Amino acid sequence: MSDTQTPLLDRLRLGDDAAYEELVRENTPRLLAVARRFLRNEEDARDAVQEGFMSAFKALPRFEGGSQVSTWLHRIVVNASLMKLRTKKRKPERSIEDLLPSYKEDGHPQEFFEAWRETGHDGAVREEERSMVRDAIDELPDNYRNVLLLRDIEGIDTSETARLLDLTPGAVKTRLHRARLALRQLLDPYFREATA
Amino acid sequence: MTCQDLADFIIDYVEEKLPDVQRTTFEEHLAVCPSCIEYLKSYRTTKMVLDDLGCDAQERVPSEVPEDLVNAILAARKVAED
Repeated sequence: MSDTQTPLLDRLRLGDDAAYEELVRENTPRLLAVARRFLRNEEDARDAVQEGFMSAFKALPRFEGGSQVSTWLHRIVVNASLMKLRTKKRKPERSIEDLLPSYKEDGHPQEFFEAWRETGHDGAVREEERSMVRDAIDELPDNYRNVLLLRDIEGIDTSETARLLDLTPGAVKTRLHRARLALRQLLDPYFREATA
Repeated sequence: MTCQDLADFIIDYVEEKLPDVQRTTFEEHLAVCPSCIEYLKSYRTTKMVLDDLGCDAQERVPSEVPEDLVNAILAARKVAED
């Protein structure tokens, strides 16, 4: 536990209103951005952040300070976002199989893979590419999108991702593999050299 | 190894977790398959744009504090305490 967070934790445990305000004010912008990435809906994202903080306040007496407070809150809000996703009526999704490359019986691809152009170095081009990649991620089925977001965007390791999604580490790895292959396929029309 | 097999092993190859024997077979296939060379390159690009997006997400924290949400959270805490 760092020296800077010890006093805050102590003050929180004493019920200090100013400490609670400091905690919420400092962390809400970042946590709201996290919830937006999962939920894609402002109202749901705000609800998830609020529910996350309420869970954190309840769990505070059991928080041992083994991780940074900010990391602990991040995991709680990710969990609240995933819970909210599970309760939402899902829109019809494409099957992951439809997003993977198809192969002939002899193992050759139905269409040969073509070269991609380089990614952009210019700020505006990179921003456009990021926006396009975010849109492509949103086309993945939720079961695969969530694994990709947790592992590759939020930087959460395999075992923690497995715990959050109630999966085995092996299943996380398989879903991440298929999610990346499907994403590659979705990005293919954009990055093919012929279309540059 | 076929092109389809190569796709199955690509995540372990890129993360350098493929056992030596499989890695050799993987690279032997690449040596004779220009299509799979492009597939591997495009997979690496996909991973690179994901890493870029991840870094951007961690670094670009909105500076504006949503006051209404902060106030709602603090009010909900008070209600829960009472």
